[in-house]
Amino acid sequence: MKILVPVKRVVDYNIKVLVKSDGTGVETAGLKMSMNPFDEIAVEEAVRLREKGSATEVIAVSIGVQQAQDTLRTAMAMGADRSILVLSEESPEPLAVAKVLKAIVEKEKPDLVFLGKQAIDDDMNATGQMLAGLLGWGQGTFASKVEIVDGRAEVTREVDGGTETVSLSVPAIVTADLRLNEPRYASLPNIMKAKKKPLETIQATDLGVDMTRRLTTVSVAEPPTRKAGIKVGSVAELVEKLRNEAKVI
Amino acid sequence: MSEREAMEFDVVIVGGGPAGLAAAIRLRQLNPEANVCLIEKGSEIGAHIVSGAVIEPRALEELFPDWLERGAPLKTPVTEEEMYFLTEKKGFRIPALDRVMPHLANHGNYVVSLGDVCRWLAEQAEALGVEIYPGFAGAEVLIEKNRVVGVATGDMGITRDGEKGPNYQPGMELRAKYTLFAEGCRGSLTKQVMEHYNLRKGVDPQTYGLGIKEVWEIPAENHRPGLVVHSFGWPLDDKTYGGAWLYHFGENLVSYGFVTGLDYENTWLSPFDEMQRTKLHPVFRKHFEGGRRLIYGARALSEGGLQSIPRLTFPGGALLGDSAGFLNTPKIKGTHTAMKSGMLAAEAVIDAMKADRVEPAAYTSLVRQSWLYDELKSARNVRPAFARWGSKLGALYAGFDAMVLRGKAPWTLHFKHADNETLKPASLCTPIAYPKPDNKITFDKLSSVFLSNTNHEEDQPVHLKVRNMGLWKTVNWDVFRSPESRYCPAAVYEAVDTDTEARLVINSQNCVHCKTCDIKDPTQNIDWCTPEGAGGPNYPAGM
Repeated sequence: MKILVPVKRVVDYNIKVLVKSDGTGVETAGLKMSMNPFDEIAVEEAVRLREKGSATEVIAVSIGVQQAQDTLRTAMAMGADRSILVLSEESPEPLAVAKVLKAIVEKEKPDLVFLGKQAIDDDMNATGQMLAGLLGWGQGTFASKVEIVDGRAEVTREVDGGTETVSLSVPAIVTADLRLNEPRYASLPNIMKAKKKPLETIQATDLGVDMTRRLTTVSVAEPPTRKAGIKVGSVAELVEKLRNEAKVI
Repeated sequence: MSEREAMEFDVVIVGGGPAGLAAAIRLRQLNPEANVCLIEKGSEIGAHIVSGAVIEPRALEELFPDWLERGAPLKTPVTEEEMYFLTEKKGFRIPALDRVMPHLANHGNYVVSLGDVCRWLAEQAEALGVEIYPGFAGAEVLIEKNRVVGVATGDMGITRDGEKGPNYQPGMELRAKYTLFAEGCRGSLTKQVMEHYNLRKGVDPQTYGLGIKEVWEIPAENHRPGLVVHSFGWPLDDKTYGGAWLYHFGENLVSYGFVTGLDYENTWLSPFDEMQRTKLHPVFRKHFEGGRRLIYGARALSEGGLQSIPRLTFPGGALLGDSAGFLNTPKIKGTHTAMKSGMLAAEAVIDAMKADRVEPAAYTSLVRQSWLYDELKSARNVRPAFARWGSKLGALYAGFDAMVLRGKAPWTLHFKHADNETLKPASLCTPIAYPKPDNKITFDKLSSVFLSNTNHEEDQPVHLKVRNMGLWKTVNWDVFRSPESRYCPAAVYEAVDTDTEARLVINSQNCVHCKTCDIKDPTQNIDWCTPEGAGGPNYPAGM
């Protein structure tokens, strides 16, 4: 069983981003970039399936600028066997990403595509579902547990009010939720070894995918700052304020 | 012996600042075959770099004569310069700065983000074939048969209790013929090496400063790229060394910061609050109006200069940059000296490698023959004059030293005390009333630390090791009333239950790796050790 894991290069989760002073977006220049944490979980799960013997090969793929190869190196340091970098403009939209991935799927013929459920930069939560739609494959989204049983993928999903287990015939799409696993560290020896693993680079345009932007960002604003609180002198005053000022009781 | 993997290199460099990167580059320039590995505890190169910074391009020029064509991020030449002596309400501008304080004449220098310069240097180094691994802290010096044979990176995935967690990964031994320590001021491995080889024998104690910095974005109409402002005097008393800087650079950015000499005596002093309140002085306030604060950070720096530089080499390696203490204090610059020291160490290492010598001892003589030494020699009496006679007389001495003696005084002033010996008991010090933050120009510590993007993996042992908690109670609390809760710029230390049985809480996840606690603790009871790699601040571009 072959697993394809798309990984996205995003602003590191530790960085507090700032809205550009002209309100057209978020300042990303010169910020630390890392692998989208949900994608790390997807890589980890794929590598564990290979280590358990359920999978034979794990291929990481990233779509974006040249520096995304650092993200692919991290995936390989975590255990992916090889990787593919599809060069395109910065941050293509989910539909374009799904179309590129479809082209890669047709080329590589994986049995599972394992994605993060969403990227922490735009929080779209769309690529996995769109890819399933484009390929006509089954999908197990928001996975908190994945098992391969008799050639089928049993995916436990986090849904409102509990969990749901679906059994998917492969090929299929799985998107990883937070509780699926805790990704391993990329150790220094493995980072050194990952430098020697194969990384293939292709141009998005060579895949014949229409990358035209369909979404327009109208404006980006920071959330309003919270107003300073006050100290009340007594319970009576608190009740009075809750009733007459906040009007919540 | 251990489950750790090991790898052999010709040279391992600990620390990806200007000194380490310049050394790495020079090594590959001199010998493209040399196997050079550089590790950095920050999550990426530049993540832990804090500096003003006005830099003198002299060493860069020697490293890459074509630095301009290579696109080095030195974009803002110094255009205007102001130096003030402050009183509470007024600022007196020092006239004829280039004659009175020639060290501070910045003609030909550039205002930069040193983090960005380091990121650029790292690109150059990688292009030359240096292997750079950020996110890995040098946690242990490997010494065999009295020779340093490399370092080991820290284990990852150790839980708070010191047990191996589910994600445990052992560290790795990076073994090398020569190991260069370029950890910056008060390096944790440098400290061990100095002790093991007794490198500080016969030199003055090192004296330090704590620099706390903010980067602001200000309205374009107020921005004067290349403007450089410095101050001394208020709000510090005459006995305390320090002052503020403010530089306009880049795209509407302002770098503002404050250095407090860590030989201060008043236990109630808070470098963070001195930095905050100085922004309210009329000389500085106008620069911040209408702006927004983007980044916050802090780092200690070595101020001792020539008298405090230890022996530079030992069997199997050398000390570079501010790990050795090459900062030129009156110039308030250490980047060019750090880079130069790295380049000279690289030359000595290549030389030693050829002759198969254990110690790259030529480094010391190369330093002595270079402009680096001349520069530090002529600057050597300024900082100790301030330590001896205070700010006003110290400044007068500095002017006399520059104009009359021209740095050639036949005497050398010495430092008598280490910074941890200078604090006075709380009962003998006057408490300082700092203004409350207004959340427009001045802020509190926690909202500041937030802007350093600091993070440490939560489940790991505390990396700030108190040797003896009992001593904290009897000395730090009973005598000095917890000075660490004031000098720490990141709110790591907190004295709690002070009405009953006072105890110390260490919020180590806030630590911005400035090293002040390791320096200033009165009984040297705190050891700053490297946390899990990639932990600490994540200073973005512009810092």
